Amino acid sequence: MKSIAELNQIKKDALARISGNNGFRVMVGMATCGIAAGAKPVFNTLAEEIKQRELSNVDLTITGCIGSCRLEPLVEVIDPLGRRVTYAKVDPQKAARIVAEHIVNGRICLDYTIGAALSAPN
Amino acid sequence: MNIYRAHILVCNGEKCNSQNAQAIYDEFKTQIKKNKLEEELTVVQTGCIDQCSQGPVVIIYPSGVIYTMVRIEDVTEIVTEHIIRGNVVNRLLGGENINLDSVIKSLDQVDFFKRQVRIALRNCGVINPESIEEYIAYDGYQALAKVLTGMTPEQVIEVVKESGLRGRGGAGFPTGVKWEFTARAKGDQKYVCCNADEGDPGAFMDRSILEGDPHSVIEAMTIAGFAVDSNQGYIYVRAEYPIAVKRLNIAIAQAKEHGLLGKDIFGTGFNFDLEIRLGAGAFVCGEETALMTSIEGKRGEPRPRPPFPAVKGLWQKPTLLNNVESYANIPAIILKGAQWFSSIGSEKSKGTKVFAVGGKIQNTGLVEIPIGTTLREVVYEIGGGIPNGKEFKAAQIGGPSGGCIPASHVDVAIDYNSLVQLGAMMGSGGLIIMDEDTCMVDLAKFFLEFTADESCGKCPPCRIGTKRMLEILQRITDGKGTAEDIDKLEILAKNIRVSALCGLGQSAPNPILSTLRYFRNEYMAHIQDKKCLAGVCKSLMQYVINAEACRSCGICSRVCPAGCIKGEKNVPYVIDQTKCIKCGACMEKCPFKAIYKNA
Ligand SMILES: Cc1cc2nc3c(=O)[nH]c(=O)nc-3n(C[C@H](O)[C@H](O)[C@H](O)COP(=O)(O)O)c2cc1C
Repeated sequence: MKSIAELNQIKKDALARISGNNGFRVMVGMATCGIAAGAKPVFNTLAEEIKQRELSNVDLTITGCIGSCRLEPLVEVIDPLGRRVTYAKVDPQKAARIVAEHIVNGRICLDYTIGAALSAPN
Repeated sequence: MNIYRAHILVCNGEKCNSQNAQAIYDEFKTQIKKNKLEEELTVVQTGCIDQCSQGPVVIIYPSGVIYTMVRIEDVTEIVTEHIIRGNVVNRLLGGENINLDSVIKSLDQVDFFKRQVRIALRNCGVINPESIEEYIAYDGYQALAKVLTGMTPEQVIEVVKESGLRGRGGAGFPTGVKWEFTARAKGDQKYVCCNADEGDPGAFMDRSILEGDPHSVIEAMTIAGFAVDSNQGYIYVRAEYPIAVKRLNIAIAQAKEHGLLGKDIFGTGFNFDLEIRLGAGAFVCGEETALMTSIEGKRGEPRPRPPFPAVKGLWQKPTLLNNVESYANIPAIILKGAQWFSSIGSEKSKGTKVFAVGGKIQNTGLVEIPIGTTLREVVYEIGGGIPNGKEFKAAQIGGPSGGCIPASHVDVAIDYNSLVQLGAMMGSGGLIIMDEDTCMVDLAKFFLEFTADESCGKCPPCRIGTKRMLEILQRITDGKGTAEDIDKLEILAKNIRVSALCGLGQSAPNPILSTLRYFRNEYMAHIQDKKCLAGVCKSLMQYVINAEACRSCGICSRVCPAGCIKGEKNVPYVIDQTKCIKCGACMEKCPFKAIYKNA
């Protein structure tokens, strides 16, 4: 890195990719807590579904701990309009449905959202 | 794995349930079974979807059709018409009144999250920690650029001082002052170290930062290197954190590749390099002098201070040591300014603190709150209260070196000074919530077991003193304590505090002193009445069968691993107290709730 201009160029490119205007961003909490709760198979299922459906507009990525341990594995989906949905206690089966329903059909899986997880009886 | 053709969601919120939603759910299950559709369909109960005035609500995916005011008689029609024939049942559609926007869909709408202020954790859960580009996208390395290209080391130190940031590793020393001491120290070589040992049991703040945002620590250490005139840094992290280590390694390699570590950073002639050192997970190695001894390749034992690390640290050279979370705040402070940072927090303690909240609390997890937030807010609003309708009894803050805050002080604002006044301390971020079923003597014993175990053995007050205190606590919880034991504990505690070589021994008595301060009655009950009020200490309680409630089913006798429950048909069973090992298996399994704890 020789100059701030160079840094700013990387910033611009990365921002364009992250909040690109016609794609989904899907983040799986993969810190120790998420992985212990089963985030790896969830990530793999998401990757598999995205590949099988040949979805080119999805940026699937790992991320760190968001803090809600008891709701892990957590998956966040940010749609092309920047709307954020957090899915809680996701397993591979739920992950497959999130791709099919939310990303392909644009319908949020209401019953998997964090709100549903919090209001469900323990 | 089953992929279902359709999902039927039945709202399970309170309002819907009061209108038969449970029966509707059961009816769907029955109908699906009857029509042999189990392989294709699944019925799920969902939390409240906030259409209470129109409940009970049923949603069918994938079409997303929402049926409202569903009655049990409607289920057959929904199944045969919608599911089997594919025709929407128009008369049950809710029309335009249905609005799903009010349903909580994302984490940032939840109380647990809304009350937090995320500075140290700003990127955790936001960026991909294995991508330097994503860190840069969110202003990463801008602070370093600003420092290297436009500030003097003195100016950097001034900003950190003015921000009011204090060490987050436990001792709470003002960070800027520490940087200044190190900058002023004379030496041909200086070092910058990061304490990522995180030994407090149950705490994982630092791990989360390293796993979620490793570049923030690397950037901050490089800034520190510039401020104190050092070209070499070490991150001391416990080997039990393999994911943190892996991501740190990736991040360091990326930073080197981008020329953000190494020689001539930003073309300014400033050089800085970083290496990882793995610790084997000894609590004492989190103590600053022991940590540096360990980095030197020797047995991790503390050495006397002074000289302080700022003067003679690693390899006897001036060394700056800060905690992971302290560092993670630095880039934000540099970019947004000291005023911004000091506007957050309480009058005397600035910024935020990350806590690992655990124990008897609904929302366990990691929270970053402005310093000065009350314990009540943390427990009841962010934490969601105590599960199972139990009462909040106390919180242990600061782990084995800290103290407890009883329910009577739940309104205390969590900051460095107020906690010290209560005999506790901010600590590094462990926060364990306890309910009425916790025995405070047992709690003190738990922490003393830990410190006695982790004592490195170099100085006698800690090596022998923690052992003696533990023996006394053991005696008390066994019901063999005497009135003098409390005096002995207090004398020992006070002497160890002033004579131990390092903070481990000096703070080891804290859990005892603070539980004695607030829960002396529990100690007395163990000693005088031979009673453990919480029913935790096994020597002081018995499992007893209530003869009137016992139906002589014999289940208790069968599950008892000690074979000490006897009885026969029509005669109540009895536990042989001399053989009982107090595992509680009988009480758990008794279908008639006839077994109770006699504390
Ligand atoms: C027994 C003992 C264990 C400690 N463990 C840690 C630790 O795990 N992490 C940490 O940052 N500080 C720990 N400390 C505090 C360090 O000695 C030191 O004060 C701190 O790392 C300085 O960084 P700060 O000023 O940024 O807080 C420990 C202290 C003692 C006495």
